Amino acid sequence: VTAAPLAPPQASPPPQAATVTPKLGLDSAVVAEARRLAEVAGRPIVEMARTHTTVSVERAVLRLADLEGADEDGMPWVNRLTEAVRTQTGLTHGVALPVWDALVRGDHRDLPGLARAAAAGTARFRIPTGDQAAAARHAATHAVGAGLHRIDARRAERQAMIQRIGEPAMPWIYLIVATGDIYEDIPQAQAAAREGADIIAVIRSTGQSLLDYVPEGATREGYAGTYATQQNFRLMRAALDDVSRELGRYVRLTNYASGLCMPEIATLAGLERLDMMLNDCMYGIIFRDINPQRTFIDQRFARQIHARAGIIINTGEDNYLTTADAVEGAHTVVVSQLLNEYFGKEAGLTDAQLGLGHAFEINPAVPDSFLLELAHAQLVRELFPDAPLKYMPPTKHMTGNIFGGYLLDAFFNLCGVMTGQSILLIGMMTEGIHTPYLADRDLALENVRYVREAAGSLGADFRPGPSSPITRRAHQVLDESVQLLRKIGTEGLLAAIADGTFGITKRPPDGGRGLDGVIRRAEGYFNPAAELLSPAEPLKGAVS
Amino acid sequence: MKIIRPYGDTTGDGRVQLSFTLPVPAGDPAQRARAEGAALQLAAKMGMDPAMVVHTKAMGPDFTFFIVYGQVQHLVDLSAVTVAEREYPLLSPQEVNLRIRTALGRKLVVVGACVGTDAHTVGIDAILNVKGHAGEKGLEYYREIRVVNLGAQVSVDELAARAKREHADAVLVSQVVTQRDAHLAGARALATAFSCPPQTDMANAAETAEIAEMAEPAGSEPPPRPLLVVGGPRFDASMAADLGVDKIFGRGTTPREVASYLAYAVTGPGGGAARAGQQEKPRTGTAAI
Repeated sequence: VTAAPLAPPQASPPPQAATVTPKLGLDSAVVAEARRLAEVAGRPIVEMARTHTTVSVERAVLRLADLEGADEDGMPWVNRLTEAVRTQTGLTHGVALPVWDALVRGDHRDLPGLARAAAAGTARFRIPTGDQAAAARHAATHAVGAGLHRIDARRAERQAMIQRIGEPAMPWIYLIVATGDIYEDIPQAQAAAREGADIIAVIRSTGQSLLDYVPEGATREGYAGTYATQQNFRLMRAALDDVSRELGRYVRLTNYASGLCMPEIATLAGLERLDMMLNDCMYGIIFRDINPQRTFIDQRFARQIHARAGIIINTGEDNYLTTADAVEGAHTVVVSQLLNEYFGKEAGLTDAQLGLGHAFEINPAVPDSFLLELAHAQLVRELFPDAPLKYMPPTKHMTGNIFGGYLLDAFFNLCGVMTGQSILLIGMMTEGIHTPYLADRDLALENVRYVREAAGSLGADFRPGPSSPITRRAHQVLDESVQLLRKIGTEGLLAAIADGTFGITKRPPDGGRGLDGVIRRAEGYFNPAAELLSPAEPLKGAVS
Repeated sequence: MKIIRPYGDTTGDGRVQLSFTLPVPAGDPAQRARAEGAALQLAAKMGMDPAMVVHTKAMGPDFTFFIVYGQVQHLVDLSAVTVAEREYPLLSPQEVNLRIRTALGRKLVVVGACVGTDAHTVGIDAILNVKGHAGEKGLEYYREIRVVNLGAQVSVDELAARAKREHADAVLVSQVVTQRDAHLAGARALATAFSCPPQTDMANAAETAEIAEMAEPAGSEPPPRPLLVVGGPRFDASMAADLGVDKIFGRGTTPREVASYLAYAVTGPGGGAARAGQQEKPRTGTAAI
């Protein structure tokens, strides 16, 4: 069986993570306790994810087996096929068994043919047993394994390109493109790369996170962003490959594995060699009102794919500070980072793939606000020394005074270089006024270049004393984080989310969108991708 | 009549600054001279005379950024300036609570959401969440206001149904996304959803009874719809009637302003007027669409 030798490739070396010098005198016992509590809080969630599946996880399995395209209404074949199976047999055994059973029986030429027949109502599905089940499992593992091989190949290709073309120095400069039209995005992204961007993020169209399907093809219309589609991924990656060769540094591409199709988008990202994906453990729940159970189940599979694909995830803790106060809520950021780390590692991600997020969002009117920002940023740096931390610029206190905003962005850049942040999302002085003009982006890059050149090595001389306000603040935030984690461990993470612990909004476990797509796995549930991706879910006799 | 001009450092000097980008190259001295000429031409056409290009920067091979200072010849006639004055007094939370308690004898119910595809809850949360905004607590903080925050990407129908179920006195909608005028479309959809007489989409008799109970003793008159309040950074406050809503709040609105407005609009200027009566004015606005 060709699917058998599926040893994941060697993890890529961490992208030149600078050594982090501890400066805050954090107590390693307290840090270890925080991690232990995060695991206590997260373990029941992982258990739930291991015993359930979702429609999007099942559709991702079909995508790994190379089922692309959509019907004339634009509804993807993976949706059509999954719906048909769900109607006839349910999904408690997974989509793979009934689908490959139907293929093995020989009434359909191939997977696309079966999908069309299923959509037309002419395909018959059943849950096979005995030898027939073994044959279906064997065929499914073969087909899905081929998809994982393609993801492995894209990962190897990335590593080869980085070696050949060159790796940019950290901090990586992260810029956003969001026109809604992929053919406008491409020249803008290339221009941004030429202006100094190391990472291009294509913001998704508003509302895509609530679509329970992934749109198809190259798209030219979106609201405040461009749809994430496989073809758009492909086009943008190819354009950035061109500009990477031109510039002599590998320019990374970022998109969003979030919302109702998180596992499928993660899969498409792996197949099309995207490099980083926004993928937060709670963002969709809190900010998009997606059902908590759906989110956690989808997320685990998505992260297993990201781990396999060598993709760096970006978590979304910065968002909490847009609703909560950045001083009062500082510990919720740390708590969420620790949870993201636990969930990420459980799914197979390495430290070098954990782009944990945080933000410079303290009200500038607060006395010593910059000291507090330094304390928070340094704390996160020391808690996660090997993670490519993603640091987000001020948004909440950008008032429309572009001159003041430019100054605030400079302080953000300074805090970022002083505390050794890995990825800097570049702040725009026109934040909150309009999507960035060409000149805004140019000025923003001028700002970060100046700070980097003027103060890039200041971090080495930055030594807050043991009783300085910076050190004391960092310790306080860590202590508050431990307290909150203890509380979450006692009441349960789902209950904590329902209470509004993160980002103020309250999200009950049975509320939100997408709960109808959550299915409890039956005895005999079969998901070839999950088994190939996770040693903890051993193959059930399909592969000899 | 009072005439003024922009002030740089001397009364009447008319000095202003401007920055913009032109799609012209400025790679070599000749290109740069031509680009600056183009910038000066634009400044002159905008009424800046004399104008001076103080900063020119090539951005890539095709674009140039300029900062221009100059003197405008235009006069501002202050007597011709019109301002939408606040038609309600700014109250403290205590005053708002007292007013609601006195006039309604029950809590004022507010249902809020971001409608359509808009996922930007920052605005609605800043107004509704206890946390509030600009140093002022949000509406959840007001003892006499009951807040139902539906969050992001709520359909207008969903919002209308929930408002009815909650017996909402006011519906607050935040619209941040403005691409293709999504904010205006959202506001209009809201007005339309509430403009049909509630009886037509009554689900059952029980609900009819509830609604009837809610109506003031005006008897046969249709029950009033809730106040429709829309907010977002790109709205023009004077467009309320045009969009068919009762009130528009723009950038920088604080929770206290919204609370004060609600207390005023629901209870009337005297603070004790019957609610149904106060609905008259907003309803004419709706009729205009």
